[in-house]
Amino acid sequence: MIPSKIHLEVVTPERRVFERDVDEVILPGALGMFGVLPGHAPMLSELRAGVATCHGSFGREVMAISAGFAEVTPERVTVMAETCERAEEIDIARAEAMVEELEEEIRKPETDPEIVRLRLMKHLARVQAKRTSAGS
Amino acid sequence: MANNTRELRRRIRSIRNTAQLTRAMKMVSAAKLRRAQDAMMGARPYAAALKRTLVGVARRSDPSLSPLLAQREQKVVDLIVVTADRGLCGSFNANIIKRAEAWREAQQGREVHLTLLGRKAADYYRRRPHIKVRETITGYAREVSVQMASALAEKFEQRFIAGETDGVYLAFNEFKSVIAQRIVIEPLLPFGELEKVLDEQQREGAEATGHVDYIYEPEPQVLLAKVISRFLAFEVYHALLESTAAEHAARMTAMDSASRNASELIDKLTLEMNRLRQASITTEIIEVVSGAQALG
Repeated sequence: MIPSKIHLEVVTPERRVFERDVDEVILPGALGMFGVLPGHAPMLSELRAGVATCHGSFGREVMAISAGFAEVTPERVTVMAETCERAEEIDIARAEAMVEELEEEIRKPETDPEIVRLRLMKHLARVQAKRTSAGS
Repeated sequence: MANNTRELRRRIRSIRNTAQLTRAMKMVSAAKLRRAQDAMMGARPYAAALKRTLVGVARRSDPSLSPLLAQREQKVVDLIVVTADRGLCGSFNANIIKRAEAWREAQQGREVHLTLLGRKAADYYRRRPHIKVRETITGYAREVSVQMASALAEKFEQRFIAGETDGVYLAFNEFKSVIAQRIVIEPLLPFGELEKVLDEQQREGAEATGHVDYIYEPEPQVLLAKVISRFLAFEVYHALLESTAAEHAARMTAMDSASRNASELIDKLTLEMNRLRQASITTEIIEVVSGAQALG
């Protein structure tokens, strides 16, 4: 039988960010964005920094996550992220400032572009999450 | 006589001041302990999810493929010692250093490198320059961060993969309760060692994950390395949280008993002072009375 809802739990080492029954989850997988509906086949996926969205009876929730993992079962999705912020918690001005700063930094020859790129992706995701959420 | 009571009064005043200090420190520690405990509680759901994932992936992949699982003869080992930055917390720091030293001495024939967290360990080993210390980190406890823990764990991962070390162990004070700490020396690498510890916990928990066929993205071997590396970072983070909570608890208990001792001492000295005063009054009265009698 296909369950009607997915129990979504988003956790970071610091706190449980989000826990609710939802209809749909869209996550930034390492191999591309993917959506999960109730009854999805069990899956374990690596996540990259990006925007996670879920829809439910409460409307829509947008979150910015940095790298982590997601465990999917037919009735449950557990997102283990290094960091995660809900769109409403993000200070857009500061996030944009961070992005600018990192874009500057990545051009400098002495920095390790890989590390800066990861940080840049994380902050870009925050900006994107805020904009997506505001645009709704 | 008058001199003596003045001396006593001065001592009482000084003890009272100290008691005020210890009481204030106790309150501060209690507040900090609550924060540290909240952080530990916050980490719990993540820990559970990550552990479940790890056990699941590990079961499904070929262990020979991950360099972190390599089992070599442990010739060079690393010990990370987590202490506090500050004292006045009973035997908290002394105990962990003592245990770390005992452990180090028990590693016969192995080369032991230390990584020290907290100023207290740094101070101790500065006076013993013949012991090899890789790195000291102080000031971590003000705000325990995942980033810092990840950076540290990653360093050891790379050392392990590069063959610079064959085993990494972590020594820290575990927060058992407000009045009790337990010193734990836990293996981090090779991962096989940690897995044994996990297995035992798993058996206690008796949660059979079932043999569902998962889809893995990317494939289990690649994922395994990543999950392990996240797990190591988390273990370090967790140890730091435990240690800070234990530190505040230890300080709270130490300051509590200090306050109690101070008030006992004040009572004793006050009693002594009153006795002295009484004695001097009595002598004076006797002097006056016998003087009057002599006149009469």
